[in-house]
Amino acid sequence: MSLALEKANEASASKITRINLVVGELSGVVGECVQFYFDFLAKDTIASGAELAFETKPTTVRCYKCNNIFTPQNGNWACPECKETGIEIVTGRECYMDSIEVE
Amino acid sequence: MTVKIITVGEDILGTNEEKARANNKRLDGYGILTVDIMSSPGAGKTSLIMSTIKYMKEKARMAVIEGDVASSVDADKINEMSIPVVQINTAGGCHLDANMVESALNDLPLEDTDLLLIENVGNLICPNAFILGEDKRVMISSMPEGDDKPYKYPAMFADSDVVLLNKIDLQPHLEFNVDGFKKIVTGLNPDVIFFPVSCKTGAGMDAWFAWLESAVKGKKNR
Repeated sequence: MSLALEKANEASASKITRINLVVGELSGVVGECVQFYFDFLAKDTIASGAELAFETKPTTVRCYKCNNIFTPQNGNWACPECKETGIEIVTGRECYMDSIEVE
Repeated sequence: MTVKIITVGEDILGTNEEKARANNKRLDGYGILTVDIMSSPGAGKTSLIMSTIKYMKEKARMAVIEGDVASSVDADKINEMSIPVVQINTAGGCHLDANMVESALNDLPLEDTDLLLIENVGNLICPNAFILGEDKRVMISSMPEGDDKPYKYPAMFADSDVVLLNKIDLQPHLEFNVDGFKKIVTGLNPDVIFFPVSCKTGAGMDAWFAWLESAVKGKKNR
């Protein structure tokens, strides 16, 4: 929230209406929980009443052997193309503030 | 009133990371090897720390930061072993963060420390996202948790320098495929160092101690 307030302040905004966040499936962020605590913290600030919008990034991984990029299905992390288990996590860890909407 | 969109594009955990880098620099200044120990509750973090103290305390000057949601039972055990320890109670929080560690460092004799062990809160999700200023990340997975855990908590396994598979003395009672487990872990993390151990019987612990001792020396000689 301090990040949003800082950016709004820099832009001399009087109210933050929406905060757009990008979170990966692996980040452990639960949108409803964040909104709940955010509402408490935002009281008496220009972010009071702001909506948090979460864009969820799915988990994708890259196979070390054949470079195939895929989303693990049903807990199966082996490459569907070559069946190798050596993989690198490509997306799913994101946790950043993309933008804020202010008045 | 017109709505204006301001592009931010900044990591939400950026403040924590900044603080963690400062902690790391501070610890570097004293040549302290700092190890963040993470696992689910009950996997054996405190047992590992206590066994490690017994073996290492004549070889390195140790200190411990104990992170727990509540209570000081773990810190009391460490304190009985005459090792400087600071307890952080997160009051419900599910992980330690760099800010909490910074405060704890103020209460430790850093000039007389070679090895700092940080016991994180038992959890396989959030502690992974909050770096503290550690040099090495060590995670414990224990046999009773099952051999499918790496696929349930991939980020934790992928980001750890060392994975200790604890409670291997229970193998006769469990259906746990060690080779399969190791294959999944190295699949997620090709550089991982893997030690099957039992903190209870001491099996496999020599390899872990040897690794830690060499890491402490490596840090001192840097």
